[in-house]
Amino acid sequence: MKQIRVLLADDEEELVSALVERLEMRGIATDGVTTCEAALAMLRDNRYDVAVLDVKLPRMSGFEIKKQMARMAPDLKFIFITGHGSYSHFQEGTAEAGQPYYLIKPVDIELLVAKIREIAAAEQ
Amino acid sequence: MSFWRHFKPNFWDHRDSASGLHKFMFNFRRIWYLSVLLTTGVAIIPVFFLAAIDYQVTRKAIESEIILRTSRLVSNTRRTLSFMILERQFALQFLVRDNAFDLLCNPQRLDRILSALQGSFGGFTDLGLIDRHGTQLAYSGPFKLAHFDYSRQNWFEEAMQQGTYISDVFMGYRQSPHLVIAVRHSAPTGEPFVLRAAIEAEQFHGELLDAESRIGGDMFIVNQQGILQTPSMRFGRLFEKASLVVPEYSPSTQVFETRDAEGKALIIGYAFLNNTPFVLMVVKSKSVLMNAWYKERKQIITYLVGGVLIILLVVLAVSTYLVSKIHTADQVRVAALHNVEYVNKMASIGRLAAGVAHEINNPLAIINEKAGLMQDLIKNRESGPVEEKMAAQIVSILNSVNRCATITRRLLSFARPDSVSLQVIDIREVIESVIGFLSKEAQYRDIVIDIDIAADIPPFACDRGKLEQILLNLMNNAFAAVSDGGHLQITGSRAAGDRVSIAVIDDGCGIPPEDIKRVFEPFFSTRTHKGGTGLGLSITYGLVQELGGAIAVESQVDKGTRFTIALPLKPEVPKNETN
Repeated sequence: MKQIRVLLADDEEELVSALVERLEMRGIATDGVTTCEAALAMLRDNRYDVAVLDVKLPRMSGFEIKKQMARMAPDLKFIFITGHGSYSHFQEGTAEAGQPYYLIKPVDIELLVAKIREIAAAEQ
Repeated sequence: MSFWRHFKPNFWDHRDSASGLHKFMFNFRRIWYLSVLLTTGVAIIPVFFLAAIDYQVTRKAIESEIILRTSRLVSNTRRTLSFMILERQFALQFLVRDNAFDLLCNPQRLDRILSALQGSFGGFTDLGLIDRHGTQLAYSGPFKLAHFDYSRQNWFEEAMQQGTYISDVFMGYRQSPHLVIAVRHSAPTGEPFVLRAAIEAEQFHGELLDAESRIGGDMFIVNQQGILQTPSMRFGRLFEKASLVVPEYSPSTQVFETRDAEGKALIIGYAFLNNTPFVLMVVKSKSVLMNAWYKERKQIITYLVGGVLIILLVVLAVSTYLVSKIHTADQVRVAALHNVEYVNKMASIGRLAAGVAHEINNPLAIINEKAGLMQDLIKNRESGPVEEKMAAQIVSILNSVNRCATITRRLLSFARPDSVSLQVIDIREVIESVIGFLSKEAQYRDIVIDIDIAADIPPFACDRGKLEQILLNLMNNAFAAVSDGGHLQITGSRAAGDRVSIAVIDDGCGIPPEDIKRVFEPFFSTRTHKGGTGLGLSITYGLVQELGGAIAVESQVDKGTRFTIALPLKPEVPKNETN
């Protein structure tokens, strides 16, 4: 099976480090960043299958950065994670990503891995 | 007073404590008073005014009518009486002209003339011819008066001087009331003589009695000294002095009003009979005459009282109706204000809850990932007693994280928009999630909650948020009603007409029968002093209506209460549906 490459962006450094390590343990190559600028820079230099984005990033929302990333890498797929589970966000998020790919924190790691594999498999 | 309580309108004792200091716009009792006073005033004053005018006009008309009728009667009777006397006087004057003095001196001739007079005019008693010295030359009649000497008597002198003489009524020899008419004439020799006739006064009585019977009053004749010439019903007997002052002379008929000795109002009409000593008088009791007026007055007063009563009734009814309407409208307004306040408050709480949930979710996610990483790391190592113990600790941490996550998710679900959004729900799952909110309180207070949901209820489309709020409100009420260690039962079953029936049953304090009709009214609360807004059940009622359902309540004091909601299995899709 082809190696899945994931770009993870969340403003919480602690979350990013732990999550990257856990995803790596499960055989998913993951780069973690804490700012949008870093995320865009990483995307410029590397190729990813899936971007896991926090909806609320400093200076830019997850939805905005998704638009820029989609322009740079049209094949890139997205999963949103958020602590902000209000109804309007939920509607917007599901519209942007499709309902199964909008996850509310704290996220169960096995669920996240399953979603990543699912969305990456759909790519082929 | 229970009568008054029965009819007292709602607004009468309206003290809307819920309306607040500056929202209380109307003093309904004052509006009612003002409205009643103003409309009554405006409606009744003209009625009184018209009635007073009518009263005056009618009274005056009837009074002048009485005077006119009295005057006409007196005039007519005077004419008749004057004519009766005059025709007899003229008859005598005709006789002295038509018969030669010698002929009149003949008693047989005089007898014939008397009988002719009696036959044609009536009332003539006797007839005498008296020469210039006062000696009766000839006499015809029932008495022996031939050659009687009248020279000393006043009437003879007066007749000789004036040419005619009409006496007062008197008794004289004849022992019956009569009067004398005498006319003077000159014989061919130039010697004056007098023809004298006595006439029964009874002649006039008939005429007077006839008139009396028509007017229902007292009609009589007095002479100018006030001596009664005919009997009076009330003012004395014949030849007595009448107990009335003879009015001053007037050539025409007069009517005036006076009072008798007892102070009763009298209408007096009188007329002087020309060339006679007689005054015709009519006396009528005013109160009798005014009977027509009293009847009229009674009618006016009846109409007035009736009219005023009707106006009062209409004014009271209309004012009460209008003020009640304003009162109802005001209550609706205040209820709407409260509802807006409540909705705003709930929305604020929703936003606050969502914010808090978000803030907690982020660190929670970090704990989750860190603990997860630790778990992953331990799994990859060889297992020893320390690792096993740590793995157990990590499981506890993750379980706690999950509990926190459940709470934050519940908080987030609270902040939902208000429009009806249908989704297919499983009623058992919804009920359990609502009980989740209350499970801690139930635990503390030792309240047992039984759930009994029939298996044949299919998943159905409903607004989950609204249904949750309905159930939460009903369960909150049940919790408030039961004492610690109480019992709560929630049942669900299919009902007729494709409906689901959900009942929340408690064994709490119950609702008194007098309150049960009002429990769904806004601001009706028996827990006002314990923080109840009185809005819970009215909002619940509104929510059930929005879902196309119905809500019912049964209760027995100290036995418990049962709220039943019936929801349609196939709801009509509302237009503002989302999702």
